[in-house]
Amino acid sequence: MSTATRIEPTITPEIIAEHGLTPGEYRKILDTLGRTPTITELGIYSVMWSEHCSYKSSKVHLKRLPTRSKLVLQGPGENAGIIDIGDGWACAFKIESHNHPSFIEPFQGAATGVGGILRDIFTMGARPLAVMDSLRFGPITKSKDSGQATVHRNHSIVEGVVSGIAGYGNCFGVPNLGGETKFEDSYSQNPLVNAFALGLMRKEDIFYAKAAGVGNPVIYVGAKTGRDGIHGATMASEEFKEGSEQKRPNVQVGDPFLEKLLLEACLEAMQTGAIVGIQDMGAAGLTCSTCEMGARGGVGIRIELDRVPQRETGMNAYEIMLSESQERMLLVAEKGREHEVFRVFEKWGLDAVTVGVVIAEPRLRVFEHGQLVADIPNTSLTDDAPLYHRPLAAWTPPVPREMPATVTLKRRGDFTAELKQLLASPNICSKRWIFEQYESMVQTNTVEGPGADAGVMRIKGTRRGLAMSLDCNGRWCYLDPKLGAMHAVAEAARNVVCAGGRPVAATNCLNFGNPEKPPIMGQFSATVDGLAEACTALGTPITGGNVSLYNETLGEGIYPTPVVGVVGIIDDIDKVTRFHFAAPGRDILVLRTACSGDEAERLVRFGSSEYAKEVLGTLWGLPPALDLAAEADLQKTLLGLISQGLIESAHDCSEGGLAVALAEGCFVKGVGARVEVKSHGMAAELGLFAETASRVILSCDPKNTTRIQELAVQSGLRADRFGATIQERLEILVDGATAVSAAVSELKAAWAGALENALHG
Amino acid sequence: MMRFGVIIFPGSNCDQDCHYAIESRAGQPAVMLWHESEDLQGCDAVVVPGGFAYGDYLRTGAIAKFAPIMQSVKRFAQTGGMVLGICNGFQILCEAGLLPGALMRNAGLKYVCKQVYIRTETTDTPFTHSLHRGEVLQVPIGHMDGNYFCDEPTLASLQKEERVVFRYSSPGGERTPEANPNGSLDDIAGICSPGRNVLGLMPHPDRSSESMLGSADGLKIFQAMVGALVRK
Repeated sequence: MSTATRIEPTITPEIIAEHGLTPGEYRKILDTLGRTPTITELGIYSVMWSEHCSYKSSKVHLKRLPTRSKLVLQGPGENAGIIDIGDGWACAFKIESHNHPSFIEPFQGAATGVGGILRDIFTMGARPLAVMDSLRFGPITKSKDSGQATVHRNHSIVEGVVSGIAGYGNCFGVPNLGGETKFEDSYSQNPLVNAFALGLMRKEDIFYAKAAGVGNPVIYVGAKTGRDGIHGATMASEEFKEGSEQKRPNVQVGDPFLEKLLLEACLEAMQTGAIVGIQDMGAAGLTCSTCEMGARGGVGIRIELDRVPQRETGMNAYEIMLSESQERMLLVAEKGREHEVFRVFEKWGLDAVTVGVVIAEPRLRVFEHGQLVADIPNTSLTDDAPLYHRPLAAWTPPVPREMPATVTLKRRGDFTAELKQLLASPNICSKRWIFEQYESMVQTNTVEGPGADAGVMRIKGTRRGLAMSLDCNGRWCYLDPKLGAMHAVAEAARNVVCAGGRPVAATNCLNFGNPEKPPIMGQFSATVDGLAEACTALGTPITGGNVSLYNETLGEGIYPTPVVGVVGIIDDIDKVTRFHFAAPGRDILVLRTACSGDEAERLVRFGSSEYAKEVLGTLWGLPPALDLAAEADLQKTLLGLISQGLIESAHDCSEGGLAVALAEGCFVKGVGARVEVKSHGMAAELGLFAETASRVILSCDPKNTTRIQELAVQSGLRADRFGATIQERLEILVDGATAVSAAVSELKAAWAGALENALHG
Repeated sequence: MMRFGVIIFPGSNCDQDCHYAIESRAGQPAVMLWHESEDLQGCDAVVVPGGFAYGDYLRTGAIAKFAPIMQSVKRFAQTGGMVLGICNGFQILCEAGLLPGALMRNAGLKYVCKQVYIRTETTDTPFTHSLHRGEVLQVPIGHMDGNYFCDEPTLASLQKEERVVFRYSSPGGERTPEANPNGSLDDIAGICSPGRNVLGLMPHPDRSSESMLGSADGLKIFQAMVGALVRK
């Protein structure tokens, strides 16, 4: 026997609790193994049964989501979903959270979030084509609820997260198409960093994370294993308390150059035909990749830890199995063809070592210094992990329905100052300061980069393109989780349609508070219902994603934030539609569903708007109403108008309503607009700033206006012409009286510099 | 036909972009040159592409200059061969001593990716002979270290010998502080060697070779190179 004798600590109730396992879960381990687990086994169970890896609270609900369509080649359960996009091409895409690490160490937390999602894409054989991010931070300007210290802390989180995302993606060489960045009080102690990636592959080149072939070698490739990130997945499954900063060693450190080498080497090795299955080592590292690959293939994996490349000396089995060191992959190769794989990794200067073998018994067997230190049935770690039907509390409105008596609307008059205030507000202002730090053009496929309704990539060698958008309004989800979730799907899909893309699939990242609290679980359940309904109505099955729970610090949870990413196919990239006005002399129309509701009803919905938050300084009521069938008609009709070449621009009307959407349409080319809005006797604020759903601002050659209106009416929609593009000024009239009048350059100045001023002013 | 060679360092990430621009847009064959080889495969011009050659955790280009392929590129340049360094390629050519000066951290200390405008300062190079003096090109940048710097005697000789090939400018061709995205000395975006056969520039002609991507102005640089070879 070797030198060191293993000293097995006694498994005490304290050790079990430290591992985040309940007494009931520990009993389940005893039953499964028929004996006391070793400390390594306890560690393995603890990460695999963590909320992050097991989805134990969310799984029973996620089953309600639609996941199939003719185009879905791979639904949830793999590293990423895959859809067929035509011409023999497929695309893999997914969104994942890296919230907890980004709060503790913003730069590395965000960087490794990008690294992780990229590996999920290229482990399936796809070359990453684009990334986007959905970011949520606390306030970056002082207010009654956020003092100087909070604001400073939020600034440093914003700076760290943005430079982390930039540092990783830029070096790796994938364009970042933006995404969304929002600021709300509830994210002050719980920033959200959700990273989306999409990659392209030929349909015949898809790889799966499945072990097969007894006797085949299991090969470890990429970075060496260190002590970083141990129990990262467990940390992401707890609330933060005082002193959570001490968890910094749980955050991994990223090396984008190494990831780039890993990408090239993996894709090249896949071409040899010698690879049977491959999975990245993300959360729960070597543990997760070995047991999941075995479980998917109905086989087992035996590994020898002495062979694992190690960065530090003296690491024990527990540490090696639980390390979350980045930029590592595990693959199964065909026996006898290992050298073909080794040759490729050697070319790229990476470690590639046979660490184990596929075995017939469906178990994970871990050896250290010749001793068996873990011997666990795979499925007890994966499919048979604990599942909870957590208690749900029925949803109750968190704020009053009616507009508070203390709020008074102007109803009539000049709203230019209010428009400027909205344009300069953190949620609406230009995010240029962020996205200019991101490489957005590398790979030379970016047709529409950050700042548009949707990002658009062309696919070289075809006429096709892909449009993609990330959306969620957390405030709306807070006011009505189900309706808010439906809006997230509808808006992401609408944005894709505005660019000329046909929405075909979606991915989601469900960020919530502590699932052990019935009201939170109630939010979660309602959200899944909303997503299911909207994804079904709009033809965008969910092909994968991620759930992030326990986004709470000191008992304060976040707004429920189900971020939805929708991907759409553009059949003819030459027909891609821009969101901005191209030139003066065009008609401006608003394509919309039939609207209803008297002033009282509309004021209830107005309480959830940016105008209510920023200008009126209060929150009440409900999100806008949404008719999914009408929304589907609107999207279909708009795609028809685009494919017939009838329109020149299409821009979704969202935060800040009609007035903000018009202003945004003016900024790119400095083209102005003059429009007339009818109040129908209601407050002018509603016409200008209400965020009524299912509305798109179009511009077109005047000769096409009648035709567009006919087609809209045929689909039960309206496309009222309400103005035209002009030179250099934005003029909005309400019932014939000027309500907004300003030079486009003046409005643009307020919008363009606001974020930088807030951060550095 | 002109045979281009595009170098691949392990961390290059614009090698395929250059290959695509040259083959699909300029219509010329391009071969890939692996960093560990010394074989230039008989190409007529070498492109050192953008990216992060060896990770650039040290000074950008500081390791790349020792690559076997760079020894051949140096010999090729010394005998009059056309060498185009884009972004990280420019940084590497400076480190390798094929161009003077250095690229420092951007004045704003952040990575900057955006469309910029550059003014053609001389047409007396194989890369710009088909442009006209003062012609403004829209070409994007994407870099962390693009702040060109050199000592005063070097700057004087660059100016005197008209070796500043491109300067950042407004769309109308004026030099303004706002038009300079990274703090470069003398608004320098690109310079050439004394023999005028080596050009380094921070903006990416490879990313501006088709209007669908925002600009086709960069293609003019590749086309000029092809024309220059024909003229030889």
